[in-house]
Amino acid sequence: MTEGGQPGGAAIEDVLRELTPQVLGIVARRFRDFAAAEDAVQEALIAAATQWPRDGLPENPRAWLTRVASRRMTDQIRSESARRRRENDAVQEAPRSTESAPAETAPEEDDTLVLVFMCCHPALTPASAIALTLRAVGGLTTAEIAHAFLVPEATMAQRISRAKESIKNSGVPFQLPSAEERAQRLRSVLHVLYLIFNEGYTSSTGTQLQRTDLSHEAIRLARIVQRLQPGDAEAAGLLALLLLTDARRLARTDDHGELVPLMQQERSLWNRVQIEEGVALLSETLPKGTVGPYQLQAAIAAVHDEAASAAETDWPQILALYELLKRMSDNPMVALNHAIAAAMVHGAVKGLELLDALRADARVASHHRMEAVRAHLLELAGERDSAAKCYRAAAGKTGSLPERNYLMAQAARLSSDNA
Amino acid sequence: MKYILMMNAKKADFDAYAKWPKEDLKRNVMFMRAFSKELKDQGVFVATEGLAFPDQAKIVRAGKDGAPVTDGVFPESKEFLAGYWIVDVENEQQACAIAARVSAGPGPGGVAGNMPIEVRQVMSTAPEEWTR
Repeated sequence: MTEGGQPGGAAIEDVLRELTPQVLGIVARRFRDFAAAEDAVQEALIAAATQWPRDGLPENPRAWLTRVASRRMTDQIRSESARRRRENDAVQEAPRSTESAPAETAPEEDDTLVLVFMCCHPALTPASAIALTLRAVGGLTTAEIAHAFLVPEATMAQRISRAKESIKNSGVPFQLPSAEERAQRLRSVLHVLYLIFNEGYTSSTGTQLQRTDLSHEAIRLARIVQRLQPGDAEAAGLLALLLLTDARRLARTDDHGELVPLMQQERSLWNRVQIEEGVALLSETLPKGTVGPYQLQAAIAAVHDEAASAAETDWPQILALYELLKRMSDNPMVALNHAIAAAMVHGAVKGLELLDALRADARVASHHRMEAVRAHLLELAGERDSAAKCYRAAAGKTGSLPERNYLMAQAARLSSDNA
Repeated sequence: MKYILMMNAKKADFDAYAKWPKEDLKRNVMFMRAFSKELKDQGVFVATEGLAFPDQAKIVRAGKDGAPVTDGVFPESKEFLAGYWIVDVENEQQACAIAARVSAGPGPGGVAGNMPIEVRQVMSTAPEEWTR
């Protein structure tokens, strides 16, 4: 808050972003046109962002936004029907009943959930689903999303409008998926949130947090989904995974922005509050029954986070969790991590054997991560020259600059101090 | 994932291009404009630039005192960047498909030019989590 009781810009932003999905839910339901409602709500948000800092928060911010967005919808429908009348005088368009002032509805928690399901619809490409979710549920502007993904605003606007078009064309009604569909659709939602997190978590270098920080946005959205689906263990699993991973953010890069691998991180920099929250979530959900991949990954992250030092890491426990995860998912990246865990428990030779078995898997055989893991295990096995060669091969294949710097530094380290 | 699509050409190609008939040039320019618009409409466009002809191109190195030493006479075989596009797509196949489309752009007589397009990943992907 600024002086004089006026809400500060950041406080207003928070209110707006929290209200975005609620207002959009109300307007989309009332007018039965998600795409147009989404535009109208964005306009209402922009109006609020200019008026509220000047005039102060309205008494009921949600009602204010709903009213402004509904008015835009009405204006648009009027001009649409006027246009159609001009085009064809014979056609009498019955204007939809929009005159009555929107009754103030209680926050429709269900609407937010409907929105999340809609924005993460499996018919959308991941890039479209991510963009639409951030705007319609997260309340970010197109410019902010474009900035976060380092693409021009027009490109992001196009992605969003194409996403809305796909939704329109697919004829998905604005309602919750059926009970049978629900579990499958929730997997898509969690996957989109995971991708948003990953984009932010891995591309952040310094310690500076931005408002459009994608990791924190993903955590905020995961909290909403978890709150709305309290019975779903994987929704809790994802939130726990994000918290437990994000907890290490500050330790993950050094002062120069170079990557610091987990085993060398300064653990005092880890965020204890987030670790405790993640662990608490897990302890609550794990005993409840069905264990899914997010819970398992969260459990692995928790074992790392709870080790007082790298040397005290409970590798047998991590190996057991990766074995469960491997049975559950056909992801070759899981198999690579499993090989590392096996090496830490049974020795590098065992890990290298497991890697050899993966050579036939085309998805991973020529992946930089395969070479990087092999390099690490060869180094553990004392084969420094081969390890350096693999680090270099991995450096040549990665698409990440900090990662290439890291891999090349490893190769250089092994080549120089051969004493 | 971001990829840069680079159109490279030899000095002789630039010289020939400068002598294309008007209709051929116009067709090519229209194609390039439509192509950029298509990339924008698809939501994959990041950037594009066309470069000046290489006639005046120079290679600069720092001399002993740090002052620029330029070199400007190039062998006929040297390739120059003519222009580039940066696209943000899901995978390499998509980047290659876009490159093929621009390679098929109309040359003299409206026949597909089949210009070679170099496709390289821009170092912008997220690094992996290093769990060790």
